[in-house]
Amino acid sequence: MKKECVGMLLAGGEGKRLGLLTKNLAKPAVHFGGKYRIIDFTLSNCSNSRIHTVGVLTQYSPMVLNKHIGIGKPWDLDRQEDGVAILSPYTAKKGGSWYKGTADAISQNIHYIDQYDPEFVLVISGDHIYQMNYDKLIEHHREKQSEATISVIEVPWKEASRFGILNTKSNLEIYEFDEKPENPKNNLASMGIYVFNWKTLRKYLIEDSKLKNSSHDFGKDVIPAMLNDELPLFAYRFEGYWKDVGTIQSYWEANMDLLEEDLSLSLNNKEWRTYSHDTNYPPHFIDKNAVIDNSLINSGCWISGKVTNSVLFERVDVGDESSINESILHPAVRIGKNCVVNRAIIMENVSIPDGVTIDGSEFDEPVVINDENIYDFTN
Amino acid sequence: MNSLMGLINLEHEYDFLEELTYFRCGAAAPFGGRYRLIDFTLSNMVNSGVEEVAVFTNHKYRALMDHIGTGADWELARRHGGLFILPPDWNDPTDISRGDLRHFHNNRDYFKRSKADHVIISGSQFISNSNYKKAFEYHLERDADVTCVSTHVEEFKPEHVSQLRIENNDEDWVTNFTNDQQNPHLFTGVYIIKKEILMKLVDECIAYHKDHFFFDGIKANLDKLKVQFYSYEGYSAFINSVESFYRHNLNLLNPENYKSLFFKNQFVLTKISNEPPAKYRKGANVSGSMFANGCVIDGEVSNSVIFRGVKINQSANVKNSVIMQRCTIEKDVYLENVILDKDVHVTAGQTFIGSKEKPFVVAKRKTI
Repeated sequence: MKKECVGMLLAGGEGKRLGLLTKNLAKPAVHFGGKYRIIDFTLSNCSNSRIHTVGVLTQYSPMVLNKHIGIGKPWDLDRQEDGVAILSPYTAKKGGSWYKGTADAISQNIHYIDQYDPEFVLVISGDHIYQMNYDKLIEHHREKQSEATISVIEVPWKEASRFGILNTKSNLEIYEFDEKPENPKNNLASMGIYVFNWKTLRKYLIEDSKLKNSSHDFGKDVIPAMLNDELPLFAYRFEGYWKDVGTIQSYWEANMDLLEEDLSLSLNNKEWRTYSHDTNYPPHFIDKNAVIDNSLINSGCWISGKVTNSVLFERVDVGDESSINESILHPAVRIGKNCVVNRAIIMENVSIPDGVTIDGSEFDEPVVINDENIYDFTN
Repeated sequence: MNSLMGLINLEHEYDFLEELTYFRCGAAAPFGGRYRLIDFTLSNMVNSGVEEVAVFTNHKYRALMDHIGTGADWELARRHGGLFILPPDWNDPTDISRGDLRHFHNNRDYFKRSKADHVIISGSQFISNSNYKKAFEYHLERDADVTCVSTHVEEFKPEHVSQLRIENNDEDWVTNFTNDQQNPHLFTGVYIIKKEILMKLVDECIAYHKDHFFFDGIKANLDKLKVQFYSYEGYSAFINSVESFYRHNLNLLNPENYKSLFFKNQFVLTKISNEPPAKYRKGANVSGSMFANGCVIDGEVSNSVIFRGVKINQSANVKNSVIMQRCTIEKDVYLENVILDKDVHVTAGQTFIGSKEKPFVVAKRKTI
């Protein structure tokens, strides 16, 4: 069945810099925003952009992620002939191997894409928080008669050296790719979102897979090879909120950003909904003496204490006289009485006994509490 | 193994909720922040292991059908069995049946096709979180023809007036259903019956031109049938007037009631939505209330039940009220003892105050 565009969603990364958050969990499956998992934003973008054929490449600790994606129902990707497909590393007659890089993951699934004989392939990753219409990106790609189009976002000049920077001509044609440049010539950072003409990409992937020294990465190998051959590559300017939640600090910040009044990304946007699994918990209960200010609270919660500037997932309990500030409480966290939690991320099912203080402002980045290191705070 | 099929019979339920049932049947009336009345009985059946449920409905069922859909959110979207919404479809020209017997007669194949030997029948007005497995075991254990779920009320309220009372002998067989207002042993409207007996009684009722299965089939034949009761204990409510609807919504703000209805045995299932977590803005002031997802709260809310997607703007004050899906309450509004149906828009500066006995009710989609 022919499809104009196939989406390939990279979701196999370990997310090492997320520490405890990804100890047993792939980064795209990490809880986010009071109800979601990080990958929900990308999957919702696909669904809202009417990209109905999505291959999700999983590798690291995929159990929860696989179950979460399932047959793609929350994103309307449960379809008869296309829809979502989970593409894990595999063995075959000629052997098999783990995905060795972003490009290798796609190379190993050329047969998946070929089934749909697409004109374009959209390569996206499951660890960014943003709402984007991929249709516009593809439209831009088509208009420019580009071979590959990379979505970029303007970053502050002083931060540009932390990103992969694309140096472009005035018509947005890319002439150089600078990975984390010391002296950036431009402030357009790659968002790790690519559209390729499938025929061209297919050829480059096969060539790249034969190279012994290649790291099989889009940014490091495939794009530079295309630039080297002087193919027409273009940048597409994205305007709006975009955040790579690669570190604990940025993960915490992105959650806190949701509390901003005028953030361009809105979970309440009816024109661009963010989908996820919904639970069947009752509306949350706010007790008589509770205080709630500037927070997100999901269903099934029971709040008796004080919650300020925080994000609470489903079934969280906050006991009497406890105070939660600038924190993220994952599902089924229980906070006892007379606790103080400040600048902390408390992971799923952790119980904080009465009277415990956890103050993340003492550390460089917000403190992450799981069911093991909680004992460092209770003794 | 003996199994149970379900039937939710709405034929004899009237539009008792005034403005709230102008455009929907009572079973589809919103309740408890994110539910509809029918969710409780439907969830109880599903949570008791019932895998096929039919709904007899006779009018204003659009909202009901929209809500239940394929039954997927109750795990009832099945290759075999599952959910059957059965509005009137009187296809038999020789049909002489009346009342709810018309539903039984015209949907006879639903009962015939099922492998289940017993049927659990219920209306939608009895609200509880109960598991009927034990009642069913008791039904099988004593080889009863009919097992009626009953409850004992501690304090009589107006909603109890119309409920049947159970009288029984020493061996716990039901001897009569009465309207004795002093008897606190109430029939909940939920009963389990042998399918074979159900079909036989249906035929008899039709032959004698009867029109009410429970009264004419069961109550009239108490001397011939083995009818027993199974007593349910725990939080429950009968919703059959605006007053009881309002009171029981606010009763859920009592922590004990909330916990026993929502967290006791199993979860009450309802239609899945896609609302984000509720958002409390800077300066929001809330207490003693429950909030569903999708709300954006700027103002002050106390002792109220707030449904999904409600917006309450700054310096608005909502007290002792039930605010249904997607209502918008603008600045400087004061609401006390009010029920707003879905999609009501209250413009800035308005004040509405009802009383506890007679809350001020605003019908769906009004701008006031």
